[in-house]
Amino acid sequence: MAELLRCENVWKGYGGKQVLMDFNLQVDGGRIVGLLGPNGCGKTTFMKLVNGLLVPNQGQILIDGYAPGPESKARVSYLPDANYLPDWMKVEDLVVMVADFFPDFDAAKAIAMLSDLKISGLERLKTLSKGTKEKVQLILAMSRQARLYMLDEPIGGVDPAARDYILNTIIGNYNENAAVIISTHLIMDIEQVLDEAVFLNNGQVMLHKSVDAIREEDGKSVDDLFREVFRC
Amino acid sequence: MGWQLNKNQPIYLQLVAELQSRIVSGVYRPGGKIDAVRDLAAEAAVNPNTMQRALAELEQSGLLRAERTAGRFVTEDAELIASVRRNLAQEKINAFMWDMSTLGYRREEITALMRETVEGEAPDGAPPKEIMEGERTHG
Repeated sequence: MAELLRCENVWKGYGGKQVLMDFNLQVDGGRIVGLLGPNGCGKTTFMKLVNGLLVPNQGQILIDGYAPGPESKARVSYLPDANYLPDWMKVEDLVVMVADFFPDFDAAKAIAMLSDLKISGLERLKTLSKGTKEKVQLILAMSRQARLYMLDEPIGGVDPAARDYILNTIIGNYNENAAVIISTHLIMDIEQVLDEAVFLNNGQVMLHKSVDAIREEDGKSVDDLFREVFRC
Repeated sequence: MGWQLNKNQPIYLQLVAELQSRIVSGVYRPGGKIDAVRDLAAEAAVNPNTMQRALAELEQSGLLRAERTAGRFVTEDAELIASVRRNLAQEKINAFMWDMSTLGYRREEITALMRETVEGEAPDGAPPKEIMEGERTHG
């Protein structure tokens, strides 16, 4: 399977504080990868670096062979951890706007998903609840035919039923040429959807293994392993 | 139909077990076509690669047969299905015997208790109500 993401010896610090230290990660097409780690371990920094919102101090990042830039952004669908959309806009206008930005955006798919989750296109983003805003952003991200989906905490604020719908969308959207990277603390909810789990600690990858290999070799779920490794 | 997955065993092994039980119980008929990987994965809410791995395992054992373009089919080999069914039953019995032994029951006591339970059926031969319901939720 083709390699879609390669991070080599990436370093990133803010001021005196090092966040990523010699970070290495490789993700192949057809994989759904969980990016897991305690608060402040560097998950969001990694996501921002891949999406060109931050520049590494050292090291190389390649997305489908391209350094972060217009070519990579055309291939990566990124769901940031914070609201990035103008909140005075109506949901239906947001769909049109995102469609303008990305040729791989499937507006019909977005509209179908909005209707599945009973979100009206006529509402302004700012009038929606926190969870519904998150659903809108996720729908916009999942409606692209991207090579790499990077979802930063996609299910944190949504109710369990919508969580199931979102996970089903990720499964239904599966494509052997595309990869999905999901960062989350809700390991138990996404565990069975993942191929691989990546544990991040102090800015480095401390474990990168398939979910079933963890269950086979450690005899426990990824969630249990996480609680054991990161016990406070 | 629910796919009940526990959190400690490898997921693909649990999928293999569920698919086997559907085949030996006749939910998936001999010679019948089964759903595509993607649909099965969505139904079980698991990663498609994991479902693929489970299906490959069942192809290896002969319970399923893949045809290039047509999809995947359940074997028509009734003997194979019967022998897998028998093995699965044996595993359940072994597990049951083990559980009973942890309660301090000896073999003779277990068989005596089993006989009592089975012979406690209603005279017309219908099994006790609890067993019927237990079976229904199993499928």
